[in-house]
Amino acid sequence: MNMQRREALKAGGGLGLFGLLAAAGLITPSQARAEWNKSAFDAKTIEETLKALGATGAQSSTDIQITAPDIAENGAVVPVGVVSALAGVEVIALLIEKNPNPLAASFTLPAGTEASVQTRVKMGQTSDVIAVVKVGGKFIMTKKEIKVTLGGCGG
Amino acid sequence: MSMNRRDFLQVLAVAAAGGLSLHSNPSEAAKAATRMYDLPRFGNVSLLHMTDCHAQLLPIHFREPDVNLGIGPMAGQVPHLVGDKLLRHFGIRPGTPEAHAFTYLDFVKAAKTYGKVGGFAHLATLVKQLKASRPGALLLDGGDTWQGSGLALWTNAQDMVDACKALTVDVMTLHWEATYGEARVKEIEEKDFKGTVDIVAQNIKTADFGDPVFKPYVIRNINGVAVAIIGQAFPYTPIANPRWQVPNWSYGIQDDNLQKVVDEARAAGAQAVVVLSHNGMDVDLKMASRVRGVDAILGGHTHDGVPAPVIVKNAGGQTLVTNAGSNGKYLGVLDLEVKGGKVTDFRYKLLPVFANLIPADPAMDALIKKMRAPYEGKLAEKLAVSEGLLYRRGNFNGSWDQLILDALLAEKNAEIAFSPGFRWGTSLLPGDTIRMEHLLDQTAITYPWTTVTMMTGEQIKTVLEDVCDNLFNPDPYYQQGGDMVRVGGLEYTCDPMGRMGGRISDMRLGGKLLEAGKTYKVAGWAPVSEDAAKAGGEAVWDLVARYLKGQKVIRSRPLNLPALKGMAGNPGMA
Repeated sequence: MNMQRREALKAGGGLGLFGLLAAAGLITPSQARAEWNKSAFDAKTIEETLKALGATGAQSSTDIQITAPDIAENGAVVPVGVVSALAGVEVIALLIEKNPNPLAASFTLPAGTEASVQTRVKMGQTSDVIAVVKVGGKFIMTKKEIKVTLGGCGG
Repeated sequence: MSMNRRDFLQVLAVAAAGGLSLHSNPSEAAKAATRMYDLPRFGNVSLLHMTDCHAQLLPIHFREPDVNLGIGPMAGQVPHLVGDKLLRHFGIRPGTPEAHAFTYLDFVKAAKTYGKVGGFAHLATLVKQLKASRPGALLLDGGDTWQGSGLALWTNAQDMVDACKALTVDVMTLHWEATYGEARVKEIEEKDFKGTVDIVAQNIKTADFGDPVFKPYVIRNINGVAVAIIGQAFPYTPIANPRWQVPNWSYGIQDDNLQKVVDEARAAGAQAVVVLSHNGMDVDLKMASRVRGVDAILGGHTHDGVPAPVIVKNAGGQTLVTNAGSNGKYLGVLDLEVKGGKVTDFRYKLLPVFANLIPADPAMDALIKKMRAPYEGKLAEKLAVSEGLLYRRGNFNGSWDQLILDALLAEKNAEIAFSPGFRWGTSLLPGDTIRMEHLLDQTAITYPWTTVTMMTGEQIKTVLEDVCDNLFNPDPYYQQGGDMVRVGGLEYTCDPMGRMGGRISDMRLGGKLLEAGKTYKVAGWAPVSEDAAKAGGEAVWDLVARYLKGQKVIRSRPLNLPALKGMAGNPGMA
């Protein structure tokens, strides 16, 4: 089997994780400088969040896919990805309906960027996860339920 | 050695002379038994499939469930049929050895008539016979092989690893194996299994970068045909079992990745593609409807002994879905005809392994005896005698679980007790002596600690709702495949068709409704959290052994079962 990346990183020795990622061109320091939308991140409901994002009335769309587990292995770090094949995606926002502040992440994509993002979100309970995408000045959305369970009792 | 028809008849004659009355009509029984193992070869590719033996090296009894409910679109569908409904669906005559193998009907009488099932020495004879009659055949092991007995626990699974190599397992996938920890699984893969058994799992990745932990699939050449065997480990291992035991591995169903693997295997020349799955049958059926290019899913986990495959239509054609039961009771035989680069026809048979009808393989028998020898004294320790039948399997409770609950309530002086809805655990007949080995068959896990927790009524409801949704969510991808948590002391009503969080009601303790804000003393075992592991606690087998020795004779006791709503007429219930 190929050496896994975790082994490669261990073998990398003194060079830190971010050094390696930067060396590999995976992250650049100029990233993550999008404007912070405070009112959207402070919002307490889906409606308020959509309003703060300017996305009220976003239409449901099948042009967005959420990749995430059906049941979370660990509610504290749930891997969630959003992908869209549409051209010209400007913003991808990720909302967790049952979280105290639903907006978990908002990505601003420079022109020409492939619309594919990955992050980890924290979930206290089973909830719909909503992806909101701004494309061509209009907002569309889709959702997926992710179950957070107490565990045990299987098999 | 290989078995022929005459050998079987001789075995049968000896058995009949020894007072074993098969069907109280030896000649009829002889014919039935001979037909059972007289399986003409078909096609050019054969796969033998065992799954969920739960470390049962010796023949045992295993009572199939009388409650195995299907909800929503799964209601009344395979595998959610029990008893005479199952027999009718599959055209099995009542009163036959097959009827005993596949149902709970008349269990005690039939178990005495036909004797024990499974056992690796008997399985080995059958495997040898089938591999001899089907050149190139592979033996596939669906997992849950290394856990389920005292011997497996004490030898850190070495007994099962050695027995599987002797049984000539070719490819396997995983579930409970992971509860020995990541390092142990990789050690077995890289040392014991090197060059003999391939572990495959397309859906286990490293938690950090998503790199593969095992080979996703292997391609084997069978009589000139390239056959891909793709592994699908139990997707919810880190949820249903302790996550701290596999901290660096991430699972999930990952059917999109499965599609990529199928396409890759086809591109690499595979003419037949088979998924060796530990999803559970409902998940396999849904997965089969979504993934193209899979000829068969050989499934396990849910312990459903399904006599014939379900054929699922999908965008790529069709996929056969099987489930091969548990505890070494059955061996699945899939014969494929592969012509012009694709599967054109098939035959499938799920053979019950009747230990009295298949002679023990001497080499395997000797290996098992040798492995057990250092532990025989501990295993044979007598704990009590049971007046009634002891079994576990079923959606809500079994007499073995009731006994464990009663022991927890008494020994922990608790008001309420919880016991996990495991589907493994062998059965004992009325009058049998309960030995330490039998208790360990119900309890041998690597996180066996008993617990006492002060829980509010609201928390208790949350636990019941959570487990109930894992069993009855109408979307199988949200299920985990265990049965409902067994409950002692507490009465409740369950509405399987309710929504998540709305299935449990009317919870009563001593006739009084549970109060949401009041605190109750709850005993349990098998905690999955890392904190519980650090806290430790008495192992459940020590607690139950003490209780059993105090009781000496175990009388039949009523099962604490929930009142069910909306299930009248469901063919998943007796």
